[in-house]
Amino acid sequence: MTRVHVDPSKCQSDNRCFQLAPELFQLDDYGYSHERDNGEVPRELQEKARLAVTNCPERAISFVDEQG
Amino acid sequence: MANEKVTDWSTDYDIFDSEYMKDPFPIWDELRGKCPVAHSERWGSSWMPTRYEDLFKIARDIEHFSSRDVLVAPSGPPPEGEEELDDDRPEALRDYQPSAPPITSDPPEHTWARRLLLPPFSAQAVARWEPETRELCGSLIDGFIDKGRADGGGDYAQQIPPRVIASMLGIPKDMAETFTAWVRGFLELGLTNADLQNETAREIFGYLWERIEEHKEHPQDDLISYLLASEVDGQPVADTHVLGTSFLLLLAGIDTTWNSIGSALWHLAQHPEDRVRLIAEPELMPVAVEELLRAYSPVTMARYVASDVEYNGCKMSEGDKVLMNFPAANRDPAKFENPDQVIIDRAENPHIAFGVGIHRCAGSNLARMEMRVSIEEWLKRIPDFHLEDSDAVTWAGGQVRGPRLMPVVWP
Repeated sequence: MTRVHVDPSKCQSDNRCFQLAPELFQLDDYGYSHERDNGEVPRELQEKARLAVTNCPERAISFVDEQG
Repeated sequence: MANEKVTDWSTDYDIFDSEYMKDPFPIWDELRGKCPVAHSERWGSSWMPTRYEDLFKIARDIEHFSSRDVLVAPSGPPPEGEEELDDDRPEALRDYQPSAPPITSDPPEHTWARRLLLPPFSAQAVARWEPETRELCGSLIDGFIDKGRADGGGDYAQQIPPRVIASMLGIPKDMAETFTAWVRGFLELGLTNADLQNETAREIFGYLWERIEEHKEHPQDDLISYLLASEVDGQPVADTHVLGTSFLLLLAGIDTTWNSIGSALWHLAQHPEDRVRLIAEPELMPVAVEELLRAYSPVTMARYVASDVEYNGCKMSEGDKVLMNFPAANRDPAKFENPDQVIIDRAENPHIAFGVGIHRCAGSNLARMEMRVSIEEWLKRIPDFHLEDSDAVTWAGGQVRGPRLMPVVWP
């Protein structure tokens, strides 16, 4: 299963990932983003996850690939 | 010196040159190709990176590049003998060193000062102001729609942000014209006129101080009261901090978004295909707003070189300024395909119009909301329009770029 992760030390509350993929990210009261559901990306949201990663100006989001 | 025509942009640029204000894009292309970090002695020693990667790196290197001064031209010390003229200043402000936290702060102050601002400027929080913004746009359009013409800058773009930020701060909206004049006095004309800038700053600080005193007596449901009631590490935030932040919110809330709305209209006036598409597919609007922000980024804040540093072969000295040319970064072909083309549904767009790193704009959700609503309302009522005369459009620029006079007509 592919996962996404937001690095909290890099996120500056740009909100781009939440705009593009609200199914995968949620915002806290400060507007900082956090991955939902442990970052798991269902197959049908792969493209949205990719766009969230490439559109983040802070380069705060990455794919975490896990074995099995 | 400053008025002499520029002949070499890589060693002697002038961001206040009228040619640069009107059409900086070919100049950036030239610089990116041959001298990606340009230098100039005009308005003091400054450096100007134009490539995306350089902007990204410098913005994140807060150790060498401080935010203690974000304007390029030296504001200069107050004139001699000013003390005697100071009698009209409130006593609490006699020793006040003007600042605008968090934009002019470095950590550690920056960290808490920005954190204070994030909740009231979150997307959820600014949504509260959307109905009022929509109503305002509608009433502005009511004022000119029957004439078949308007100044898209002065009659529309310029009118929206000052009223919205005044509502949020809790200061009178009917002062909007004065606020706009202050913004021009400080950030437009004032950038190259230290006396005007100092005088304007003093007027703004004096005015806001009075509003803060009123809010202390009678707290309201607004930003000034929110800031006054805030605590950091168990201590109330100083009144002078509230003053500096209110100053920032008033200025930054007006100038940047006014220019962004103006540039968006300037683009749409010339691109019927984009208008048609936005009307047919309104769900595209958030993506379109990001693309318009990329292509017409208004803001070039500066950094202050905190200690001598060599960057990409450029020997920068302490006290030099670095112009954070985020607008040029957003047109870098190494980062964006067809950067000079507005692709209204551009899918990959990590633009840095709001900056990047710790000083990234805290008010971007407000800017996005105002841009989206103002474009939606305009297109709803005036779907077909064009520039009356493209040569008649005037541009403000330097550190904040956008159209000023922009006559548009419609059938």
